[in-house]
Amino acid sequence: MPAAVSVRNLQIETTSGVPVVMDVSFQIAPGEVLGVVGESGSGKTTVGLALLGHARRGLRIAGGEVLVGDQDILMLDVEHLRRLRGSTVSYVPQDPASSLNPALRIGIQLREVLQAHAGGGGRDHDERIAETMREVALSDDPTYLRRYPHELSGGQQQRVGLAMAFANRPRLIVLDEPTTGLDVTTQATVLSTVRELAAAHNVAALYVSHDLAVVAALARRVAVMYAGRVVEFGFAEELFESSAHPYTQRLVGAIPRLTGGRSLLGIPGHAPSPGRRPPGCAFAPRCTMHIPECDAQIPPLSPVGPEHSARCIRAVEVMPQTQARAGDPVDVAPAAGSAVLTLENVVARYGKVEVLHSINLQLEHHECLAVVGESGSGKTTTARSIAGLHRDWTGSIRLGDKELETSARSRSTESRRQIQYIFQNPYGSLNPRKTVGETVGQPLAVFGIAKGREADHRVGLMLEQVSLSAAYARRYPDQLSGGERQRVAIARALISSPSILVCDEVTSALDVSVQAAIVELLGQLQRDLGLSMVFVTHNLPLVRSIAQKVVVLSEGSIVEYGETAQVLADPQQPYTQQLIAHTPSLETATAEARVGEQRRPVIER
Amino acid sequence: MSQTGQALAEGVGTPTPPVRSSTLVTRAFRLWRTRIGALFVLILVVVAIVGPYVAPHTASEFVAIPNSPPGGDAGVLGTDYLGQDVLSRFLYGGRGILVMAAVSTAIGLVLGVAIGLVAAYTRNALDDVLMRAMDVIMAFPQIMLALVAVSLVGAQTWVIIVAIAVTTAPRVARVARGAAQPVVERDFVAATESMGLSRVRILTGELLPNILGPMMVEASLRLTYSIGVIAALAFLGLSPDPNGANWGTMIQQNQIALATQPWGALTPIIAIALLTMGTGLFGDGIARTAAGIDRERGDE
Repeated sequence: MPAAVSVRNLQIETTSGVPVVMDVSFQIAPGEVLGVVGESGSGKTTVGLALLGHARRGLRIAGGEVLVGDQDILMLDVEHLRRLRGSTVSYVPQDPASSLNPALRIGIQLREVLQAHAGGGGRDHDERIAETMREVALSDDPTYLRRYPHELSGGQQQRVGLAMAFANRPRLIVLDEPTTGLDVTTQATVLSTVRELAAAHNVAALYVSHDLAVVAALARRVAVMYAGRVVEFGFAEELFESSAHPYTQRLVGAIPRLTGGRSLLGIPGHAPSPGRRPPGCAFAPRCTMHIPECDAQIPPLSPVGPEHSARCIRAVEVMPQTQARAGDPVDVAPAAGSAVLTLENVVARYGKVEVLHSINLQLEHHECLAVVGESGSGKTTTARSIAGLHRDWTGSIRLGDKELETSARSRSTESRRQIQYIFQNPYGSLNPRKTVGETVGQPLAVFGIAKGREADHRVGLMLEQVSLSAAYARRYPDQLSGGERQRVAIARALISSPSILVCDEVTSALDVSVQAAIVELLGQLQRDLGLSMVFVTHNLPLVRSIAQKVVVLSEGSIVEYGETAQVLADPQQPYTQQLIAHTPSLETATAEARVGEQRRPVIER
Repeated sequence: MSQTGQALAEGVGTPTPPVRSSTLVTRAFRLWRTRIGALFVLILVVVAIVGPYVAPHTASEFVAIPNSPPGGDAGVLGTDYLGQDVLSRFLYGGRGILVMAAVSTAIGLVLGVAIGLVAAYTRNALDDVLMRAMDVIMAFPQIMLALVAVSLVGAQTWVIIVAIAVTTAPRVARVARGAAQPVVERDFVAATESMGLSRVRILTGELLPNILGPMMVEASLRLTYSIGVIAALAFLGLSPDPNGANWGTMIQQNQIALATQPWGALTPIIAIALLTMGTGLFGDGIARTAAGIDRERGDE
């Protein structure tokens, strides 16, 4: 079957000539979804946009060709490109909330897409809109089409985005992490909609994501990008079972797994930024299998199996290792039995809305308790009430046997010191005008623990404990990567030697490999320092690597509460079962990849 | 895992970038508009400070017949409507305006920033009360409130300063509140709250540094307006010393002779124009630099 889209030798550089994306070639068959995976800065989104003939400000497409059918998109002028976009090729952006016009009803926005390209008029368009809405599993009722984007949930907004992209029956559709920020259940349905629509209408789709597990749930073939190049290309299940590039191998190792509490393996080091890439293999500086030959020249993308190729000179040695390189089983020590934190009958409100209904929890000494649920389940409110950041709650929260006041401000200095909070987004939780040293040292001054040289010394030690170096104290947050920022936030929380650490989705803003490193660090610190921890997350498999107990929240109530291993292996409640089934993990990903394998003949019919 | 240690941290191997040596102001000086603005302001500040010491005559000394054009006894800029030396009066007349403008703007800024930060941080009824009070003051043009104050109490220096400070504050407060509102929502503020940092320390230590950029722009803009209002009051005869040398008074007194001896009015006009252009350009340079820095950082 001829490829619907074929990309050859795509080169993208900055306007000053620094190469950003080099040598990218691939083909997508009609009805196929091709996954592109990479960490932030790998060039995956840049490639996605190049398929629409677009380069972001400061970048330009320097060479290569993007053939859709037999038309080279890169040769078209502005007017032809405009006609092409939204009709022959279309794009689904990351954030549906900001890609839909908040001032226009969704029906009008869908109609705009049709009017801009398709012929025909009102009646035809009405039919097409209704049809597309049904395809993305939304109501085709005219009153529904009269809604504004803010009247829809995040998942529904993204479906409208999909509907707009599929409305003109394009030949190629580029999806740029469209499920980021959606709940796992919503994500699962959006993913299956994409897969079905692509197959049904013979649309070639390029799905860009940082999450290998998500991509594998959707795409048959996956390209792994690193530092602007495709480093491995192959079937999803092959990447999992016998990856031929050490980078892919490490990415797989970083995916949380449901069975067997294994530690997650992060990837040491940074991906090199454009202009600083080494002359040889770009991954060499971070690679455990590095040999001198790696630095000699950039390894070619060479075949290692049928439709499987990798950019590694030691690919043959890498392939057999994959399964062996999973993390060591985590030794989650049993908790010591005495309750350090007790929640009784906690009811929390936002204004008049009750968001938590009678929560009862107990956190034991040295225990890590995971709080899991979808957005709106009340998990963050629970965490914020414990830390005294959310004030509007009733009931009782006891630290040891001491009753806590509702707000942090009215609590005693000692109880404020005992409970420390780490925020979800490290881009917002550090003051951009303060150096790392000032931020980390602040609790020492506020709690009167140390000052002057003694404080500087402690800050240095603390930074080393979170695997940064003491020299980081002089940096500003904008000189740090997301993972480094989160380490700084952890250092700030731990420097006052608290007994309880509250972690609110601390990895959700980070790449998968960075997430693995942060979770591993937290687990290690918890064991070393004897901390008790409340770990809030929407990612159930992640819990397996760190928590002894898990509590599942739904709509402000506890639906399941028990030992992690037991809850994950044998969930009693349908809600928990559904949550586990929908969360991308190594197991679901490989299972999906196999299902995709069986499905292949059907798609290519 | 034993290999966690140093090995796992991303970027530990990368050299620590040099500590940010350039502050907002030094970076702003890379722009020509900032340099030109600063140069204008500097020239006029030097004139105002050094002027009285180098002036060839005192401010009220009779030199030659009134409204003589430049040359001979009349000096390089000629004489004014009373036969006083225009150059000397120009050199004497800047200090009053500049000092009053600087002091009143500074008071207005401090007041305004304090009110704006408190309003942004409290997010409750106090916010409404404060900002509505500011709206009431802003409902009147600045010059009108200043005129009312001066005509009620008299054209004394402190009255003019207070009047301008009080009318400057609400405008500053509105900008400060707007700039601080998104900062208040960010988690690092919550982080300091959970430590129990006092409110004053949160406002001054956490919020204020994050709105310094827009506040510097606002400061230069407000200074421009204050100079204008003080000059306008003097033009209307409402300066502490109506006979003393003052750029605003000079324009008013010498405008009748604009056709025959333009320098009497033109000199102070040019001075005020350069001064306000200077503060304006400087503020614009800061604003552009701050926006550029925020873009680089991916903030906001």
